[in-house]
Amino acid sequence: MPSGVPLAIFLLPFFSFIVISFVIRPFLNSKPQLSGYITITSIGTSLILSLWVLAEVSSAPGHMLSMPDYEWLVIGDTVIRFGVTVDALAAIMLIVVTSVSLLVQVYSQGYMHGDPGYSRYFAFMSLFTAFMLGLVLADNLIILYVFWEGVGLCSYLLIGFWFHRPAAARAATKAFIVTRIGDFGFLAAILFLYFKTGTFDIGELHHLALAGAIGGTVLTWAAIGVFSGAIGKSAQFPLHTWLPDAMEGPTPVSALIHAATMVAAGIYLVARMFPIFASSLTAVTTVAAIGGFTAIFAATMGLVMNDIKRVLAYSTISQLGYMMLGLGVVGIGVANDAISLEVGLGLGVAVGIFHLFNHAFFKSLLFLGAGSVNHATGTFDIREMGGLRKVMPWTYATFLIASLSIVGIWPLAGFWSKEGILDHAWDHQTALFFLAMITVFMTAFYMFRLVFLTFAGEYRGGNAGHGGASAHAPSLRESPLMMVAPMGLLAILAVISGWLPVSSFLGGKSESFFGALAHPMAWVSMVLAGLGILLAYALYSARWLSVESLRRRFAPLHTLFSRKYWFDELYERVIVVRVLVDGIFALLNWFDTRIVDGVVNGVAGGTIAAGRVIRRLETGQLQVYGIAIFIGVLAIVACFLIFG
Amino acid sequence: MDFPYLSIIVFLPIIGAILIALLPHADPRRIKLTAAFFTLVTFALSLSLFFMFDQSLEGAQFVERASWIPPLDAQYFLGIDGLSLPMLILATFLGFIAVLVSWKIDLRVREYFAWLLVLETGVLGVFCSLDLLLFFLFWEVEILPMYLLISIWGTGRKEYSAMKFVIFTLAGSAMMLAGILLLYFHGGTFDMMELAGMGLEGAISTLLATAIFFLLFIGYAVKLPVFPFHTWLPDAHTDAPTAVSVILAGILLKMGGYAIIRVCVSIFPGVSQDYAVLLVALALVNILYGAAVTFRQRDLKRLIAYSSISHMGYVLLGIFALSQVSMTGATLQMFSHGLITGLLFALVGLVYNKTHVRDITQLGGLARRMPIIAVVFSVAGLAALGLPGTSGFAAEFLVFLGSFKSTLVDGIQTYAILGIVGIVLTAGYILWLLQRVFYGPAKAQYDGVPDADRLERFTIFSMVAVIMLIGIYPAVLTDIIKTGVSPIMASLGL
Amino acid sequence: MTVGLEHFLILSAILFSIGLYGALAKRNAVVILMSIEIMLNAVNIAMVAFWRYGHLITGQVFAIFIMVVAAAEAAVGLAIIISIYRSRETVDVEKIDLMKW
Repeated sequence: MPSGVPLAIFLLPFFSFIVISFVIRPFLNSKPQLSGYITITSIGTSLILSLWVLAEVSSAPGHMLSMPDYEWLVIGDTVIRFGVTVDALAAIMLIVVTSVSLLVQVYSQGYMHGDPGYSRYFAFMSLFTAFMLGLVLADNLIILYVFWEGVGLCSYLLIGFWFHRPAAARAATKAFIVTRIGDFGFLAAILFLYFKTGTFDIGELHHLALAGAIGGTVLTWAAIGVFSGAIGKSAQFPLHTWLPDAMEGPTPVSALIHAATMVAAGIYLVARMFPIFASSLTAVTTVAAIGGFTAIFAATMGLVMNDIKRVLAYSTISQLGYMMLGLGVVGIGVANDAISLEVGLGLGVAVGIFHLFNHAFFKSLLFLGAGSVNHATGTFDIREMGGLRKVMPWTYATFLIASLSIVGIWPLAGFWSKEGILDHAWDHQTALFFLAMITVFMTAFYMFRLVFLTFAGEYRGGNAGHGGASAHAPSLRESPLMMVAPMGLLAILAVISGWLPVSSFLGGKSESFFGALAHPMAWVSMVLAGLGILLAYALYSARWLSVESLRRRFAPLHTLFSRKYWFDELYERVIVVRVLVDGIFALLNWFDTRIVDGVVNGVAGGTIAAGRVIRRLETGQLQVYGIAIFIGVLAIVACFLIFG
Repeated sequence: MDFPYLSIIVFLPIIGAILIALLPHADPRRIKLTAAFFTLVTFALSLSLFFMFDQSLEGAQFVERASWIPPLDAQYFLGIDGLSLPMLILATFLGFIAVLVSWKIDLRVREYFAWLLVLETGVLGVFCSLDLLLFFLFWEVEILPMYLLISIWGTGRKEYSAMKFVIFTLAGSAMMLAGILLLYFHGGTFDMMELAGMGLEGAISTLLATAIFFLLFIGYAVKLPVFPFHTWLPDAHTDAPTAVSVILAGILLKMGGYAIIRVCVSIFPGVSQDYAVLLVALALVNILYGAAVTFRQRDLKRLIAYSSISHMGYVLLGIFALSQVSMTGATLQMFSHGLITGLLFALVGLVYNKTHVRDITQLGGLARRMPIIAVVFSVAGLAALGLPGTSGFAAEFLVFLGSFKSTLVDGIQTYAILGIVGIVLTAGYILWLLQRVFYGPAKAQYDGVPDADRLERFTIFSMVAVIMLIGIYPAVLTDIIKTGVSPIMASLGL
Repeated sequence: MTVGLEHFLILSAILFSIGLYGALAKRNAVVILMSIEIMLNAVNIAMVAFWRYGHLITGQVFAIFIMVVAAAEAAVGLAIIISIYRSRETVDVEKIDLMKW
């Protein structure tokens, strides 16, 4: 394989961005559909090249291809290089990003049809895809950080795509700032590692960490710093608040960026740096604890949301928590020497990334389904929907498959990876295992709450007033083929992606198709999931139980969940507004204008006031001056005589 | 003697100014074209120096030396090295941009452009002089045109702001002059290169060296500006006309940073090292305090002015982290900030020109009315908050990296981490600004507000191009800057 | 008793003091001008005495210079005083306060 291929995978979508924004948008704005075609062609080509890379990697020894790298910046003895890394992890991620991106772009052709920002949309999407691929391919932390911020930028631009809506503009700003708080730790960790080791190269850092050349505390701090970046990007507690708001962006954006790829970059980062994490028990315990807690924490909020996309957003946070949990518990095993290092490193990555892989397909499918529903009804509020099963059979079928997959029903994709995580949690961290099990139940409940409220029962009205691609008058019918076809393909992937030997390819182990059913764990989790589905059915479809009475009985909890534990209020109203902007910053501003500038103006005023007094000495009488001179001369003479 | 490039570059603008002043019954258009022509030629010449500059050499190139005041041994001594070349290019580029930005000026056009060109000669002279007395002379030359430009063509409390600027600068200059004279008395020369090379610190007492260092430092700190000498900056920026804001933020502040490296650190490496912790702490105050105060500003120009204070803190941090990477980063940050903030001021000028509003709370939804300005404003804002791919990231990253690696300053890592907090705050106020001004529903009172016209587009796009170029391939400049930094590192014993 | 250098210098000092007193204490501008003349001539006496006793030719040269300057000064000064008198009807220096804050 020529060494330019990985580079081409990154550059193709990037050129698509360049062409759209510098050629099509300024000169061919009357033919916006060109933008879509270029994007799809370039990303499609990237997908083909990615498959090529995958084939090469799987036949390469150690699943690792060495690639040349280049100097970017040389100052004295500080050399910053850039190059690509192509190993199993990167290859899998390339496939995820290009395939989901391609399907989402096809879908967007239908969804965004007629939007005035059509070209801009595809330009940003191309740019995002390019940056995401760059992030995956980066072989050192600096370049990774560059793309890390790049995808954050695209996320910002796409959340705020409909910038004229105040909520979208606010959400975009929020997303950027919250993730940047995490990136602060990441950047500090990069510099800290460089300070201690003198390299940015990820491979070299791995060798150093595994060889014990980096001190324990250093590793712990570095890992926690890196993890804080991952917390921000993957919307883990306590930086989770931006992702639900990010649903203000167009739905395909949510599917691609805020479900399948960018938010998974945090998981990818932890997986990429896994040897560093696995060398520190504190770090992996933090990862596992944050992941496990986030999984259940986000799920509780998902139980009560009424906006279909927000439920899916909380579900994404929760599932990302699972992935962190998977990485963390295997890491705990490695750090405790319960798993040998050689096995553990591959295993941890496999457990986390396998779920990421499956999740990318079924979650993006769920979002596309939500978009399709919105396309028809003009709303995202599930209380306004209902009965769509009849009019939108394809959407319903694919949504159902994806829901079963995320819930973890055998033999759909979600089952396989979730079992892996639960297994290892049971082995290495029992407390977190129980949290994860409760989350399984909750996941089943909120997903099927969505399914029943959206597709079962009778249609409850919809809303023509607001909604996604509002150019269309909502009319209850199935979405066009352009949108349904990608959903169908994703549905197939949501079924079969778990059967692919991704886990063993990454260094983990794969279950046999029926062998998985021999584990009691599988049955426990499926029974829990079944109970969740049953409860949802009882409440929202068969109405054996009254939702209202249930809500009344658990009123405090309901309030707590639906107000999102007041985290938004805490962060935005209390910390940002009260403490910082109206508190410390206001105080400093007062200090600046009153004290610092006050001193300046005081000196000036004092000079003027002194002048007003002292100028009275200047009588204007020449004779008085003469006397003064005379006295002065006498004084000089006297001095001369005395001290002579 | 070789072709006197530097003399021509330095004096071309003032020749243009004289020509403009003497041009018989010139219409405004011809005056503007003349000004644009002279600044463009100056820029082109300085760019040609960039290509002729020998990157393998340390020390000054294109040297011109002539006796000037023989009894004092003061020389007419020009030359550029890796530190001054980027500054020279920046200054000539922004000089040209400033003329373009002023295209809509219609009050006393002749005087305006004449003074603008005189101002350019002043700053170019500062960056090219290698003789302290000549340096001081050019440093002072810039004050008068600034005073007139702000107080005649400004807005708001313009006389107050102009006077404040002059008094602050002159107070700083007084300190600096005292320092320069002390240097002369003890070193016996005004030649910067010679002073830097003679190891003056060893020859005089520590107390005296420290005193001279701080006399000079305060003179430059006023310009940079360093807390607590910064309060002239928001006033001057707010009330200055757009082009003057561009030059003020883009070039004048850099004179401070440049002079700190060129004079303070080069001549007193030991004192710099002794007081590095203090000065780095001061840099952090600049970064964090500046950012905090920025959050409270409602006037667009004032907001960007305060953000400049925060950003110049990175320059100070980079300089006194005393490592080659950090000092290269600091110089790059000066260049980058000059472009980014210059661009931001130009854009604020455009917005103000079209809406006649600068209060953020009254603006909103402008992206619909002026998409191009909104896009470029976003790019400039993102560059200011240090997004990778823009010069802001390259510069700030090098500053942080160099600070982390510095071996000469104790506990610098902690300071560097605190400095990184600054970029989070920057993200906060920049995005908040973009959201308030450009996003949200379009307001009715801004219906029919035009977008940037062709000339304006050319101006802002050319600045964006340079910002991106430096961001994507910073080695264009860092390869030059590091040749200027290495002699300083050598004097620090690195 | 022979008349020596010190006698001339004492005379010169006395004349100078009288002139200084007049220049500082008098209100009439003409008197002030005359007092200044006295001071100048006091210096002249000292100059000439130095020439006589110290054989310094410069003393005589300066004395002549001073006489020329004094004449010029008297002419200009009187002209100014007359001009002020014409416009202000007074030569009292305390009342001439045009330049005062």
